Amino acid sequence: MNYLAQRLLTFPLVLLGVSLLVFFAIRLVPGDAIIAMLGTEAGLLTEAQRASLAQYFGLDQPIVVQYGRWLMGLFEGNLGISVTYGKPVLEVIIARFPLTLELSLLSMLIALAVGIPAGVFAATRADRPSDLTVRVFAMLGQSTPSFVVGLVLIYFLSATFRILPAMGTFTPLFEDPLGNLGQMILPAITLGFSFAAAVTRISRSAMLDVLSDDYVRTARSKGASQRDVVWGHALPNALIPVVTLSGVEFGYLLGGAVIVEQIFALPGLGRLTLDAISQRDYPLVQGAVLFIAFNFLVVNLLVDLAYAALDPRIRLGGK
Amino acid sequence: MGLLRAVLRHPSGRIGLGIIVVFLVLAVLGAVGLTPHDPLKQFVVDRLKPPSATYWFGTDLLGRDTFSRLMLGIGESFLVAFASVAVAATAGTLIGLFAAWWGHLWDGVLMRIMDVLLAFPAILLALLIVAIEGPGVVTSITAIGIVYTPIFARVVRAPALALKAREFVEAARTFGSSQGYILSRHLLLNLVAPLTVQITLALAWSLLTESGLSFLGLGTQPPAPSLGVMLAESKSMMTRAPWLMLFPGLTIMLAILGFNLLGDALRDILDPRTRERTA
Repeated sequence: MNYLAQRLLTFPLVLLGVSLLVFFAIRLVPGDAIIAMLGTEAGLLTEAQRASLAQYFGLDQPIVVQYGRWLMGLFEGNLGISVTYGKPVLEVIIARFPLTLELSLLSMLIALAVGIPAGVFAATRADRPSDLTVRVFAMLGQSTPSFVVGLVLIYFLSATFRILPAMGTFTPLFEDPLGNLGQMILPAITLGFSFAAAVTRISRSAMLDVLSDDYVRTARSKGASQRDVVWGHALPNALIPVVTLSGVEFGYLLGGAVIVEQIFALPGLGRLTLDAISQRDYPLVQGAVLFIAFNFLVVNLLVDLAYAALDPRIRLGGK
Repeated sequence: MGLLRAVLRHPSGRIGLGIIVVFLVLAVLGAVGLTPHDPLKQFVVDRLKPPSATYWFGTDLLGRDTFSRLMLGIGESFLVAFASVAVAATAGTLIGLFAAWWGHLWDGVLMRIMDVLLAFPAILLALLIVAIEGPGVVTSITAIGIVYTPIFARVVRAPALALKAREFVEAARTFGSSQGYILSRHLLLNLVAPLTVQITLALAWSLLTESGLSFLGLGTQPPAPSLGVMLAESKSMMTRAPWLMLFPGLTIMLAILGFNLLGDALRDILDPRTRERTA
């Protein structure tokens, strides 16, 4: 079976597995959904009230039936009702998602804009002092947690310029693009910091690989300039591992947004998840986790497909 | 011993190992109570003191000694990191080995389960587990252990499959070696090199995840000092007492850097094929 068909066939299977895991994980929480919803007031319910509530939410059915119903609901976009917001979970998530998506895309952009040139620069000067400097910085960058980067950025801003990043009210991108960017730039740098380091390392090593390939030597012997060889001949091939890394990393950016949104008090999907956990809003936790995992899987599938389209060795299932 | 000598000859291996040894010593001294001050005692008259000869790294809002708290915090973070990587490496290695050895349906089922776990960004899966179990050290260990299990399963499965097809394994089977003997002697022993590299790098990630969870208030619970908790507490006082942010921040960074450097060095030494390809 070729790679594409295999990838497309296992995708729904993995999705099903993810839904199973999230569904049953939430059911491991001590206490049932009624207690989760009513808190201590659940103790005031009579037996009959409890039973009718259980029947209303389908909790009197066997667990397999409950899962089946929940899964059917998913296909209709029904993720349940958030306990804290009293609104459909999907609606709450969709309202918060644009911020997290923008944050992730922006930090990815920053990481690529810094990492690729830095990696190429280092590769073309392999083992010289400038290469070593880039590598040391990349290593340090990869070892610095995002919350340390964020705190340091906030500290320098407030200590040197006596300004604090605008926190609290969030400015949507389409209402005030500049105000929005001003608010998002620090969080994006924070989130993209270690990703930029990873991009630097990957593009450096990929570039080193490609530069020793025969076709690059051919280009050189035909008299192509160093700039043509590096940016025109070598870079397109060296970018393939960078694309793969970016796909995988995108999911981590979505996850990492949890911490960054917390530091900068941004009302995105990550903070929503965190708040839902502390408020024990299990339908919302379940929905948000499922939503992020789903996005992560789709992005990875798209990257794999794009990758396969670019490289016939993968498309045809050979090595 | 040969490996240790090779690590010490490798520039980043030397630095990485040095950092880790210093931190381990600090953690052990902290664990047996040999800290400059009592890490939980509140010296009320000495609140928010900057670094000095008495309080090397200053004191916090409650007058507790930052250096002593850091020593305990390193221990706490290392404990979670080592325990969770032990969980992940053991579970992942067993799953990867059996998937490769049994093959067919088992391979498919086990590796798809690993794919499902990999579908969650690490911190998110950890959050889900913390949501179920409630925050705490044991939860952190379980959560981080589960998060990194699939990575070990993948690292083990591919080379195990290749080894399974080799003549010496074929030969061992033909003259009737037991499955357990072949799995441990012929497969596992040949996987020690990639596993060592992976374990070292996983220690760096799990330190990162642990401090992130603690920073969010979902890992180690106060008043027990933990690097993430100390940083989270420093945020509101960063302009008045920047040392509260500086030292825990540097400590986390150095600890992660140490394992990253050592991991890179070990990969260079143990896995020469990738030497050219890694930065």
